[in-house]
Amino acid sequence: MKVVPKTEDVRFDQQTRTLDRSGAENEINQPDKSALEMALQLKEGHGGDVVLLSMGPSFFEPYLRLGIAMGADNAILLSDRAFAGADTYPTSYTIATAIRKIGNFDLVLCGEESSDASTGQVPPGIAEWLDIPQVTYLSQLNIEGSMARAKRTVKGGYEIVEAPLPLLASVELGCNSPRFPDFRRKRWAEKEFKITVWTAADMGVNPDKIGSKGSHTTVDELVELPRPSRRMQRITGSPEEEAVLIVQKIKEAFGS
Amino acid sequence: MQDTTQVSEFKGIMVYLEHSAGQLESVSLEILGKARELAERLATDVTGVILGYDIREFGEEAAQFGADRVLVADSPSLAQYTTEAFCNVLAEVVRDRKPEIFLLGATHDGRDLAGRLAVRLNTGLTAHAVQVDIEPETNLLVCGVPGFGGSIVARCKCPRSRPQMATVRPGIFPVPERRPQRKGAIETVQVNTGQVRTKVVERSVKAGVDIARAEIVVIAGRGAVTYFDSVRKFADSIGSAIGVTRPLADRELMPRDYQVGSTGIAVTPKLAIVLGASGAAHFVSGIRGAKTVISVNKDPDADINADADYFVVEDIGRLLPALLSKLEGK
Repeated sequence: MKVVPKTEDVRFDQQTRTLDRSGAENEINQPDKSALEMALQLKEGHGGDVVLLSMGPSFFEPYLRLGIAMGADNAILLSDRAFAGADTYPTSYTIATAIRKIGNFDLVLCGEESSDASTGQVPPGIAEWLDIPQVTYLSQLNIEGSMARAKRTVKGGYEIVEAPLPLLASVELGCNSPRFPDFRRKRWAEKEFKITVWTAADMGVNPDKIGSKGSHTTVDELVELPRPSRRMQRITGSPEEEAVLIVQKIKEAFGS
Repeated sequence: MQDTTQVSEFKGIMVYLEHSAGQLESVSLEILGKARELAERLATDVTGVILGYDIREFGEEAAQFGADRVLVADSPSLAQYTTEAFCNVLAEVVRDRKPEIFLLGATHDGRDLAGRLAVRLNTGLTAHAVQVDIEPETNLLVCGVPGFGGSIVARCKCPRSRPQMATVRPGIFPVPERRPQRKGAIETVQVNTGQVRTKVVERSVKAGVDIARAEIVVIAGRGAVTYFDSVRKFADSIGSAIGVTRPLADRELMPRDYQVGSTGIAVTPKLAIVLGASGAAHFVSGIRGAKTVISVNKDPDADINADADYFVVEDIGRLLPALLSKLEGK
């Protein structure tokens, strides 16, 4: 689970060419919330524990507590300065190492992508590090015994994929409606629940493979795409008059 | 593990050619066109690689679209896309051929594959590139990757490992001209799919209109949900493709392929007609490439108005019948 700034709150500073997140409110990455909802539903049907796993600074903690209040059983935050500046390669490595340390898992559920970087590369990366099968862009998941049956979105439609557990699945945003935190659980989650924090040393990660040092890609600069200039002309009238004008504009757009 | 940091051993540009329903994906052709450009800059060549079953004719087709060489992995075991089989075969191809650049389409399957392959190959991958260039001083691949709803682009490089991998967003680059007289070398690749644990038991795919390429698109937003049938009629009557905003795809009114925005398709039509969308940044980035935008929203202060050439403040339930009768009467 990742905590991300709300996209609409992030400003681009033209002078420094950096992102200004200072005014941004944070939230749980929405597809990750869908993944959590799917995990909680599976738990209701099959039992088991739902463990939240996140990599980030300590300000992530309240969001993990929110996930606990929604119904997750445990939360682990991978937090270390050495993890900073990671691209998808060290990120998937670090998370996969933590999953190995947790051990004994049937399913790794992730959101399809994060709303800030939007790569969607971390879930397949984790599956590769763990050498388990993957199903990405999944909208439904049924488990029977040790087999999973998943509906996966592809170009032009969907496919149904069967795979043995353990399995990694990346969950599509909008495939379910994540529940609200349980009111009674919320107090406990906020006041008493203890989040487990693991550092690089706790996990025994290879220091050359984490953070910016472990990253293969570099970001040279950020550029804001110029907003296309639009005419912003208002068309007014009765619906019939507006319809006439719209049809005229349609014809103009095609040069007739 | 192969040393992917011996940068000088890696040469040439490789393009993963995706296909479905008996056709090469247009994003693969778009990338071939771009790869040709990059190859001229680097004075190197373009190799296409295609996996599937009974796909040999695609080799020649890819050559006509710009590949100097096409590697064909043709096997019944590749009849359907599975992550593991495709990843295993491609990893061997890349290790064997050592391209300096490896480009894939940012489709569902392309992204599924690239994310796993990059870790296997111990190299860097940039996602959803909307700009693909060569940096003159270093000859490195530089990709523009949109983030935060699509308005901010990060210029990314992969300086120390090879191949420099990127997935390229569909609909950004033009499909190059097909030259039937152009020939390329077609080579067969040994297929060893290795362990494949997933099984596709059903696949339901409709060959729809590729809305990224449509000349005119009617896009329905939340405010048009109740009038969706009329929206379809309207689109049909002006010969337009149809698109939707994210919430409508969530409700499965249309498949994801019709979702316009930063997490969906970027459209590039002569005209986009946006009905009942509020104008969230992640949506608007998907109509950035439209030449003209007409928007209808009943809210006079809707954000979308600032991103429209012409906007109408009107109830869609009142406007659509007027539009339909006007179009029928013409």
